[in-house]
Amino acid sequence: MRSDLARASLSLKVAAAAGLLFLHVPILLIFVYAFTTEEKSYQWPPPGFTTQWLAVTWNRPDVWQALGLSVQVAAISTAIALVLGTLCAAAISGSRFFGREAISLLVILPIALPGIITGISLRSAFSLMEIPFSMWTIILGHATFCVVVVYNNAVARFRRVSGSLVEASMDLGANSFQTFRYCILPNIGTALVAGGMLAFALSFDEVIVTTFTAGQQQTLPIWMLEELVRPRQRPVTNVVAMVVVLVTLLPILAAYYLTRDGDQVAGSGK
Amino acid sequence: MSAADMTLRAGQSSAILPDRGGVAGALSDLFWKRPRFLLVLMLLPPVLWLGIVYLGSLFALLLQSFFSIDEFSGLINREFTLKTYGELLLPANLDIIMRTITMAACVTIASAIVAFPIAYYAARYARGKWKALFYLGVMLPLWSSYLVKVYAWKLILAKEGILTWFLGKLHLQWLLDAWLSLPIVGGNSLSVSFTGTFIVFVYVWLPFMILPIQASLERVPVNLIEASSDLGANPAQTFRNVLFPLALPGIVAGSIFTFSLTLGDYIIPQIIGTSRLFIGQAVYAHQGTAGNIPLAAAFTVVPIVVMGFYLWGAKRMGAFDAL
Repeated sequence: MRSDLARASLSLKVAAAAGLLFLHVPILLIFVYAFTTEEKSYQWPPPGFTTQWLAVTWNRPDVWQALGLSVQVAAISTAIALVLGTLCAAAISGSRFFGREAISLLVILPIALPGIITGISLRSAFSLMEIPFSMWTIILGHATFCVVVVYNNAVARFRRVSGSLVEASMDLGANSFQTFRYCILPNIGTALVAGGMLAFALSFDEVIVTTFTAGQQQTLPIWMLEELVRPRQRPVTNVVAMVVVLVTLLPILAAYYLTRDGDQVAGSGK
Repeated sequence: MSAADMTLRAGQSSAILPDRGGVAGALSDLFWKRPRFLLVLMLLPPVLWLGIVYLGSLFALLLQSFFSIDEFSGLINREFTLKTYGELLLPANLDIIMRTITMAACVTIASAIVAFPIAYYAARYARGKWKALFYLGVMLPLWSSYLVKVYAWKLILAKEGILTWFLGKLHLQWLLDAWLSLPIVGGNSLSVSFTGTFIVFVYVWLPFMILPIQASLERVPVNLIEASSDLGANPAQTFRNVLFPLALPGIVAGSIFTFSLTLGDYIIPQIIGTSRLFIGQAVYAHQGTAGNIPLAAAFTVVPIVVMGFYLWGAKRMGAFDAL
């Protein structure tokens, strides 16, 4: 006799727990290494603990510059992606038309194909058209693959917002813009914020496309990549790695809490 | 014209409201009467952006793969030729392609094996708080910084790092040494071996495998598994004949990510791995210092073609319904 309340077998529990540990222990290790006194190697266990590297990192202008550029790029790319992704999601979910499948494929393509392809295509296009590298070339690349994140979040929510809600609003005399402002936006708002946060995290962290679309500019991931390839200041890198984990953690948690109650959208029952 | 048309009809039937006033109102009426116009207006910005920026540059790249490089001057010869694709078949380049595809296949199989228990537990047994915990437990590593994850493994796999220390505590150092002395998968230390590259790939792409498997397992009715054991199947038989076939679309969907991402990655093998190249590294090297854009372009066509076949096969297995 078995029922839904059957307990998982021990081996399944162990395998699942081991898998989750495998996913999390490496990230937790970063937090330990940020406080190690060892400078020259990745020695474990750490010989001692200190907070001096936090101060050293705080006083590094190159880290601040990279961080500033990353935040700027992520913010602008997210803004572009929010507009493009929402428009696309509204169009795709609201109607059926010829080429609908093709357009949804087009949106997903930049993230479905390996990043290196996006990167080298953009780079060769820039060089063909003789566009000099700048912050804007980085943004051009980032916005392109951020669209899909906003689109995915928005399209899932649009599907649940009932069309009769829009019709009712229009029948009651609201124009399209009022309907969007007072009827659609409150319903899709959290999905957009969540999509925007994920897009921000994605852009903030992106390195593969960025190596192709950046010239002399260093985003934070590019700064880290250089440290990874040629380690010069391990303690500073450890601290930066910890900060990056924390910075990306918050938007992801926020995005989760914003979308988990998505089932209770008004009008979803039709 | 349409506004006048509307007033006329409004006069005929009082059920229809009079036109809305102002520019916003007129536009609203236009959108309502011509939904296609609104549709085009909404689609235009995203399609233009993706079409020009993304597809445009993709085609520019593909075009360049049909150019060739002049071996003496190092300049790009802009005439249509298949010579560059011929170069892909040179033993050295074919080696790179085979190595990458083999690695992608191994990574895919290993992630499926590691992912399945997590996905199964989360889909079938986890409830309430635990369900949320499992979800976040997969989402957080998925979204945390790629470079930081690679960096963490550099710390772990280093000779003086935690893994060596841990194996030393367990008196299993000999096991690691024996593994490292093997040809191909071994090396001086884990951080400069294919084994290291493999572990990091599995780690980084694992969440992409867990989520679709979990999604497909959520849809398996529990009574199906009960029926199987009621009819006398042992757990292994139930897994092989009931659970696995039903989870397969999810596994294939997840493998699209693990396979494609491994094919195109050039940072992981560069930081943790041997000096033997993968496709991504070859692309990077050829477009960078060597300036051989046509060959780099031809190399990028390989993952596109491989993924094209892969997606075609996956679609036939119904993997897209599990996404």
